[in-house]
Amino acid sequence: MSPFLCLLVRDMKLATRSGGGAALALSFFALVATLVPLGIGADLKLLARVAGGILWVGAVLAALLSLDRLFQGDYDDGSLELIALAPLPLELTSFAKIAAHWLSTGLPLTVLSPLLALMFNLPGDATLTLFLSLLIGTPAVSAIGAIGASLTLSLRRGGLILPLIILPLLSPAVIFGAGAVAAKMDGFSPLGPLELLGAFSLAAVLLSPFAAAASVRLNLSG
Amino acid sequence: MISSLTAEKLACVRGERRLFDGLSFRVKAGQALAVEGANGAGKTSLLRLIAGFLAPAAGTLTLTEDGKAITDAEERGRFIGWLGHQDGLKPQFTVIEQLRFYSQLYAAARTGEEDVLEQVGLTRQRDLPCRYLSAGQKRRLALARLVVSNRPLWLLDEPFAALDAAGQAMIGRLMAIHCGSGGMVVAATHDPLGLGNESLKL
Amino acid sequence: MQFLFRYANPAMFMRLSGAVLPYVAAATVIALTAGLIMGFQVPPDYQQGMTVLIMFIHVPAATVAMSAYGAIAVCSLLSLVWRHPLSDTAARAAAPLGAMFTALGLITGSLWGKPMWGTYWVWDARLTSFLLLLFLYLGYMALWSAIEDETKAARAAAVLALVGAVNIPIIKFSVDWWNTLHQGESIMSGNLAPVFLWPLLTMMAGYMLLFVTLWLIRIQTAIVERRARSLMQGPA
Repeated sequence: MSPFLCLLVRDMKLATRSGGGAALALSFFALVATLVPLGIGADLKLLARVAGGILWVGAVLAALLSLDRLFQGDYDDGSLELIALAPLPLELTSFAKIAAHWLSTGLPLTVLSPLLALMFNLPGDATLTLFLSLLIGTPAVSAIGAIGASLTLSLRRGGLILPLIILPLLSPAVIFGAGAVAAKMDGFSPLGPLELLGAFSLAAVLLSPFAAAASVRLNLSG
Repeated sequence: MISSLTAEKLACVRGERRLFDGLSFRVKAGQALAVEGANGAGKTSLLRLIAGFLAPAAGTLTLTEDGKAITDAEERGRFIGWLGHQDGLKPQFTVIEQLRFYSQLYAAARTGEEDVLEQVGLTRQRDLPCRYLSAGQKRRLALARLVVSNRPLWLLDEPFAALDAAGQAMIGRLMAIHCGSGGMVVAATHDPLGLGNESLKL
Repeated sequence: MQFLFRYANPAMFMRLSGAVLPYVAAATVIALTAGLIMGFQVPPDYQQGMTVLIMFIHVPAATVAMSAYGAIAVCSLLSLVWRHPLSDTAARAAAPLGAMFTALGLITGSLWGKPMWGTYWVWDARLTSFLLLLFLYLGYMALWSAIEDETKAARAAAVLALVGAVNIPIIKFSVDWWNTLHQGESIMSGNLAPVFLWPLLTMMAGYMLLFVTLWLIRIQTAIVERRARSLMQGPA
């Protein structure tokens, strides 16, 4: 197995084993989807109207939960130094970690979303749009999240500052993702926002590893 | 094959403090170097400098491989086996999983994780998750990882810490084997390495 | 670059900025006074009446809020590439000012909204973008103060500032897109009548000068503070 693949598999194992946080993120997502109707009432028309936005925000917040462990765990126990010495540029290391985070968090959240959409009375075709938008958009959440995680990896209370740093940066993903669902609900083609979301996601996935690697380097030099 | 590590006029600055300046030394294949000095003298910083985590404020570090000089820090990292203060172990992983991960991550040509486990006396704990290991056992596993990673230049930060007499004898043996097969060791330590090594006072 | 660095050394900066500061401060007062006087002489807008005057304090605030982030991004780039400590100090000093001007833009914008739509907040595209910009500033400042080691904090903040700078146009674009999707309102529609242009430009110059004045003072303060600290710490 190549070093890249080996790191990816290892990170996924860590995320999915007990205490890893992947299951936690899913439960959190479902819980948000339960609390919202409790807060705004069970009017099915209203719920269908807000489903896209609520589920997108919920998915982003759920993905955030496990982000602070992306680099911090390895930094705390000394694994990060060992990983940095592997025959793998830190950019690819960051990319492997982003991919592992998406596979263990973003993808499961996407798979769960149609079920939650059902509870929100979202029509079938809009549910498909929601599913696609999450599939396209959640990699950006993992990628931009990785920047935040790498910047806060040495902080004890990193979990608090991380959302403040990255949520504004993620606003385009929420806008285009939920916008695609809204467009579909209004009878327009969701293709435009989905394309914009795809462009945003692609740029995030391609550029974030460089920022994350730079920030890991500066943290190792401490 | 790595033949030597040469430091010329190294300087290290941390924050506003100058830890050392004009530091030169040379370690050849098969040799060990003990780095001694009071706490805060910059022993760990020197190791981090060699590993490439820190950039020197001045001076150069050169690794010579088959007569070819390597000065790039990231490239130098590919030859380094690191044993820091922390063991770099995940509580969820079993002993053998942990070792296999590092040997694959380092794309080490050498296998035989089982033999190494026997060398450090952890055969019985092979399938035990690391969370159940004692501090000494974790240190032994970290040593096993160092051997498995199959790197010519070992950088050891206080290698004798958290080990009992038997453990200390074992690490001495491992270092002797490593140097005997042409490897190099640079260790920050308060205790003698017992390898007929040179020492560097910071 | 070497030329620039000669002036970027803290002692040199103190001398140079000390000499320039009184003039910049005086220019600030003159521009702001002139801008206000000119502003009160414009005829009422046929649609907005006298409330159009809010434009003279709102639009410049928004411009400075953006420029301040640009200044931080440039300083961050200098700091990451050339490792110059003064650019870190400059970037850090600009952030609270940028946040302040952003907040000012938000407050004046919502005050402008009240007489126009009868409500203080309408999710206008510009106001929404500036709300996000405010959060970017807050996150940047929080990161600075969260990391104890100053060199590390400086470089982490610099990485974040650059990521933010790349992202801001995308955020702006996405918010504009979102606004058209939801048929939002916009304060600044149509062309600006020429009678408004001169007061507006004068006010903009005044705001810009005010920012520069405060920025210079904050950088000076930070340098003096650091000297005082190292004096108190004693010799290394």
